[in-house]
Amino acid sequence: MLLEIEDVSLLYGRIQALHGISLTVAEGEIVALIGANGAGKSTTMRAISGIRPIASGAIRFNGEDISKLRADLRVRRGLCQAPEGRGIFPGMTVLENLDMGAYTRRDRAGIAQDLDRVLTLFPRLAERRKQHGGTLSGGEQQMLAVGRALMSRPKLLLLDEPSMGLAPMLIQQIFTIITEINQQGTTILLVEQNAQQALARAHRAYVLETGRIVKAGTGAELLHDPAVKEAYLGVA
Amino acid sequence: MTTVLDKLRSGREAVGERWHHAPRWVRWVLLAALIVFFYALPNKEFYQYLGPIPTPGANFTQVLFTISIYVLLAVGLNIVVGFAGLLDLGYFGFFAVGAYTVAVLTSPSSDIKTLWPWLLVVPIAIGLTMVSGVMLGTPTLRLRGDYLALVTLGFAEMIRIAATSSTFLKGQRGFNQIPHPPGEYADGKPFFGVLDARPYYWLVLTLIILVVIGVRNLTHSRVGRAWISIREDEDAAQLMGVPTFKFKLWAFAAGAAIAGLAGALFAGKQNFVNSQNFELLNSIIILAAVIFGGSGNIVGAIVGGGLVAYMIERFRGIELFGIELYEYRFLFFGLVLVVMMIFRPQGLIPNRRRAAEFKDRRKEVIVGE
Ligand SMILES: Nc1ncnc2c1ncn2[C@@H]1O[C@H](COP(=O)(O)OP(=O)(O)O)[C@@H](O)[C@H]1O
Ligand SMILES: [Mg+2]
Repeated sequence: MLLEIEDVSLLYGRIQALHGISLTVAEGEIVALIGANGAGKSTTMRAISGIRPIASGAIRFNGEDISKLRADLRVRRGLCQAPEGRGIFPGMTVLENLDMGAYTRRDRAGIAQDLDRVLTLFPRLAERRKQHGGTLSGGEQQMLAVGRALMSRPKLLLLDEPSMGLAPMLIQQIFTIITEINQQGTTILLVEQNAQQALARAHRAYVLETGRIVKAGTGAELLHDPAVKEAYLGVA
Repeated sequence: MTTVLDKLRSGREAVGERWHHAPRWVRWVLLAALIVFFYALPNKEFYQYLGPIPTPGANFTQVLFTISIYVLLAVGLNIVVGFAGLLDLGYFGFFAVGAYTVAVLTSPSSDIKTLWPWLLVVPIAIGLTMVSGVMLGTPTLRLRGDYLALVTLGFAEMIRIAATSSTFLKGQRGFNQIPHPPGEYADGKPFFGVLDARPYYWLVLTLIILVVIGVRNLTHSRVGRAWISIREDEDAAQLMGVPTFKFKLWAFAAGAAIAGLAGALFAGKQNFVNSQNFELLNSIIILAAVIFGGSGNIVGAIVGGGLVAYMIERFRGIELFGIELYEYRFLFFGLVLVVMMIFRPQGLIPNRRRAAEFKDRRKEVIVGE
């Protein structure tokens, strides 16, 4: 298993946001984590990337227990997150943002190669390489956030709602690119409210409700699960 | 009103553009001329031709020294506030640590009577200030938000109260006969004397230039990129693998070290240090100077520090309708700041990045595009 989360709980002060969740991601997979607003999806991501300390449980990456590891060192291990709400650097240009993605790397040739790859995946970013991140449109910022995370050449890419706030056509485009990134060899853990698209693209998926995993299965299974259909796909 | 403002704005931007597009050698020549101008400035033979610029109510050379100290402090605080985005409300506390270190270790009024020479104590003062910065930063910089502002504010007050009431720090009576920097003319007269402030000003000016070169190099390196990323979005910086705590601590310690240097210079010139030199207001003035000039931009910090210190001194000795304007200097100062924040919140000379941060569209709601 590339990523194993075992019985993880997380507290915000006295509010418990995660109640002992367990999930796994195998190499090469796209795993989706779906759930309503406030279910704890972003919190799970924060726990994995190390932005928030966990209260109990274990997070293992590539067999190593990283539960207590600093966030920046987790990036060096091959874990990179495109944060919710995009979180790009507004005062840096597109190229500078992408360069920040490669902050932990020293291999110039490899970085140049990955920059090429990202600019090929996202031609819009190539057109705007000198523009400041803060002045990009929402869709462009989303692409930049995904592209920037790719620049760290992660083993596991964490995407927190990459389709949030985007127009339908752009959502389609982002999901196509996610599949493409995965086919090029990057494992992906994808958090989404857009359950339809996420389940259709994912190999496996988990359903999160108020800080607990309530269902797990292949993407296709959950897509046809009556309870999931009713709660997350807007069909009875 | 708006057209005048627009004209001013476009004029200023045109200057900026021209500077950025001028050939390299033109920029170097202009920069050299500017530096020569500032070295020549404290000479009466020179400044008497500058019309209303010299201060009427105070020795202009002394004022220039004060201004240079403020500029040095603004350059240092700009690292903390401008680059790393950390709100330090007690920056002058580090200045006090530097000045008192020199006082305690050199002055005959000190209880420990080490009587070391000034030059030997300067690196100690810088080192101690840096250590105090690290001690203050280690517990607080791990936390987010307003803690740092409060803790630094408390720190500066603590230093001031310690200076006022501890017998070791001599309160109002203070430390006297603090030695000057070394060096003498060919005829044996000391270079750094009591009456002539020019050598001190030149010394600080030279150090400002060196510090600015150092800071500039830092900001163009990985360190600078890390600082800027922390300022713009600390979570995102961490998610990109930047060890944020380490870099915040570095910014804080570097800023403290510069303030310590400024304090040591001040003590070496003043000859006398007591508790009245370290009012909270000074911290606020320097912070205002950095924001006024254009937080995050070295040139902005220099201009801000210089203009603010100059403005305050310029009021000295001017009477209007029988009112001594100097008494109201902070009223004017406040007024200028308010007007400034309304019309140009990013500061006089913002850096291009900061201007873009002000235009940030990330929080916009997007409904189809
Ligand atoms: N910084 C925080 N402090 C306190 N509570 C928080 C914080 N962030 C999230 N929460 C709470 O934790 C729960 C899960 O939030 P989140 O993980 O953001 O949900 P999701 O991403 O699934 O919409 C919510 O009840 C939310 O209010
Ligand atoms: Mg969320």
